[in-house]
Amino acid sequence: MSKKDAGLLLLILVVGAVVAAINPRFLLPINLANTSNLIGLFGILSIGQAFVIITGGIELSVGSSIALLGVLFIDFVATRGMAWPLALVLILVLGGLIGLAHGWLIARLKLQPFVVTLCGLLIYRGVARFYTADGTAGFAFGQNFPTLEFLTAGRTYGVPNSFLALIVIMAVMWVVLHRSVFGRYLYAIGKNEEAARFSGIRTGRMIMAAYVICGVLTALSAVYFAMYTRSISPASHGNFYELYAIAAAVLGGFSLRGGEGSIVGVILGTILLQELQNLVNLLGIPSSLNFSVMGGVILIGVLVDQQWSAFRVRRRMIRAARVAPQH
Amino acid sequence: MLNSPETLSSVRQEVPFLSLTDVRKSYPGVVALDGFSMDVVPGEVIGLVGENGAGKSTLMKILGGVVRPDRGTIRVDGIDHEMLTVEGSMNAGIAFVHQELNLFENLDVAANVFLGREPLRAGPLKLVDRAKLRGMVTSLLKRVGANFSPDMPVSKLSLAQQQMVEIAKALSIRARLVILDEPTSSLPLPETEKLLGVINGLRSEGISVIFISHRLHEIERVADRVIVLRDGIMAGILPKSAINHDEMVRLMIGRALKARTIVSDRVAGPVALSARGVRTSAYPNHQVDLDICHGEILGLAGLVGSGRTELARVLFGIDTRLGGELKLEGKKLALASAADAVASGVFLVPEDRKLEGILLDLSIAQNISLPNMPAHSTNLLVSTSSENRTAEKQRTNLGIRAPSVTTRTGSLSGGNQQKVVLAKWLAMNPKVIILDEPTRGIDIGAKAEIYNLMRVLADVGVAVLMISSDMEEVIGVSDRVAVMHEGRISGILSKERLNQENVLLLAVGKQPK
Repeated sequence: MSKKDAGLLLLILVVGAVVAAINPRFLLPINLANTSNLIGLFGILSIGQAFVIITGGIELSVGSSIALLGVLFIDFVATRGMAWPLALVLILVLGGLIGLAHGWLIARLKLQPFVVTLCGLLIYRGVARFYTADGTAGFAFGQNFPTLEFLTAGRTYGVPNSFLALIVIMAVMWVVLHRSVFGRYLYAIGKNEEAARFSGIRTGRMIMAAYVICGVLTALSAVYFAMYTRSISPASHGNFYELYAIAAAVLGGFSLRGGEGSIVGVILGTILLQELQNLVNLLGIPSSLNFSVMGGVILIGVLVDQQWSAFRVRRRMIRAARVAPQH
Repeated sequence: MLNSPETLSSVRQEVPFLSLTDVRKSYPGVVALDGFSMDVVPGEVIGLVGENGAGKSTLMKILGGVVRPDRGTIRVDGIDHEMLTVEGSMNAGIAFVHQELNLFENLDVAANVFLGREPLRAGPLKLVDRAKLRGMVTSLLKRVGANFSPDMPVSKLSLAQQQMVEIAKALSIRARLVILDEPTSSLPLPETEKLLGVINGLRSEGISVIFISHRLHEIERVADRVIVLRDGIMAGILPKSAINHDEMVRLMIGRALKARTIVSDRVAGPVALSARGVRTSAYPNHQVDLDICHGEILGLAGLVGSGRTELARVLFGIDTRLGGELKLEGKKLALASAADAVASGVFLVPEDRKLEGILLDLSIAQNISLPNMPAHSTNLLVSTSSENRTAEKQRTNLGIRAPSVTTRTGSLSGGNQQKVVLAKWLAMNPKVIILDEPTRGIDIGAKAEIYNLMRVLADVGVAVLMISSDMEEVIGVSDRVAVMHEGRISGILSKERLNQENVLLLAVGKQPK
């Protein structure tokens, strides 16, 4: 764990302690379980976003994809009677294809990630609303899928399974990003795509793969969100979720220029965001201020981090100047 | 001066607009300009030639008021100065048109010419007086013989037209001396003609021109006088009647060349990489034929902009070639990307080290292993110990001076960074290695080490292609030298015919002796 991550963890614990001191309900099992469920849901899509941000890109269509894929999943399972494992695989493939399309436009046709995924944001939202004729997609009364419901919305020894799923995904993705050759390539591309290309890395393919990973993880979280809310009104479902993911990554020490950040960091960022949401509820802050609290904390966090590293660079230079022989 | 044309002798009677007397400028370890004197008479076109490093840019900096000479006087309009300031130079009417154009492509011509000096309308809003601006720019464009409108976006103009905008900009400050620094180096021939026409136009208006160019035949055509710089001193002045190509080349070289590296008497092996009819983006209509043999260092000389770097990028698969065929050891080489070149053992040490050569934020070991990750991994997971072992070996072999192989590459000196770039390729058994300006910005000691390394590589049978603009380096290090001129190989010089004069002749498109 880096110093940055340790600092973030400390912040999470301090905020938690303060909230618990003011309102002890923060530590009630029911509250912790609910919060960790949300951490699971948002954590999965934030890890996806992290892979894209590492390459210096951005994925803005996450929220709309979650609406579209969620609507499709419920439609497949509830209305069309498709076996849910098949529907799940189909949705994951679809998410991967969306990512592949974005990656292809960005890596091969050299479009800007912001533009491509902004168009995706608009397109998928529109398609989702059109698909249900702007109605709500949901399960009929009495429809039950015990296994699916257990895996997505159930609990094991009181721990939400969505949170457990996040831990598994986190472990796998940690190895992929921090230990695999592919992860090394992504960091290299994010730091300096040109130099990576001159080192013989097939940068286009790697960037596309990052978007595919983001697409698949987004699709998985779309299924979790669908099973969590159980009914989806496509006009509002998943609104701003991409921004939660980007905020979590930024809080977790990612640079939007690429090449910087860790899986642990993005998860800690997600935890802090959900803790803040919880804090707004528990401390009786008007929920309309929700986004303002989040925005304020992110701004302060980034500011402190940036000033701190500038200070460290200055200190290092002063020391070096003192040690180095004068020419 | 006996046979000077009449126009010239009438010009000569005027008082010089600018004269430099005994100007000297030294930097630590090098005298850039020494005892230099010159006059610039109104309406005179002076050709200024000299090799890279001869002192041309120092002279320009002094005239632009950027650099203060150690000694000497600068007389402008009869007033002596110890130095010029940037404002002083501008107010005196000295204007520069640089090789790299400083235009804003997103703005139109009129906006560019008067950027920051726009005529304003009366009133509190200080709006730009567009009608007046347009009128002023139209008349300036007419003076430089441009036939495009002031409303044209600069991005739609050809390079020569952009040059004209720069010259119009120069005239807009009521220039009396326009200094053109390599204005034609990136222009195709018909465009160059236009520019030479503009220079003649300036002369007839009584504006002086200093025309710096490597293209000697252009100097021959347009200059009234030629000043040759060599190693910071005035090597000679040629009056109009004496301006000719060979004389300029003789004055530019004028010294014996110091040999400075080990010369190998090895016989080069079979052809490693061969290019036939290869065309690049620099000169899409010109073809390159070139063979690089195992065991030789082939120098690739030529002027800036002759297409050498573009050729290197094509050979390495970074740029797609527009035509032609590559063969590696007799087998066709299809390159869709640099990854293909790396897989076949063709490597490039690029010109821009920090942008293309290494990742400054990665460690030495990570940089070295990057192109060869499959060899440093098991089951797709990175093996740090294998990385470090290889890097450690390369660090010892190349003498990379760093505390450890996990040191951040960005904290190393230029020479050691370049060694890291080399190390990553040496660790992979190269067949062909292309080095683009391998010693640029590197101190003398590291330079020698890199030359030795290239020789060692050649001795074990690697084909080495070295692009260099440093004449001594090209001649001292190479076994053979290919010279590029406007996208073609204008000639290949073997060791016996390898001398500075022949390289220069080929570089400007003439036949060697």
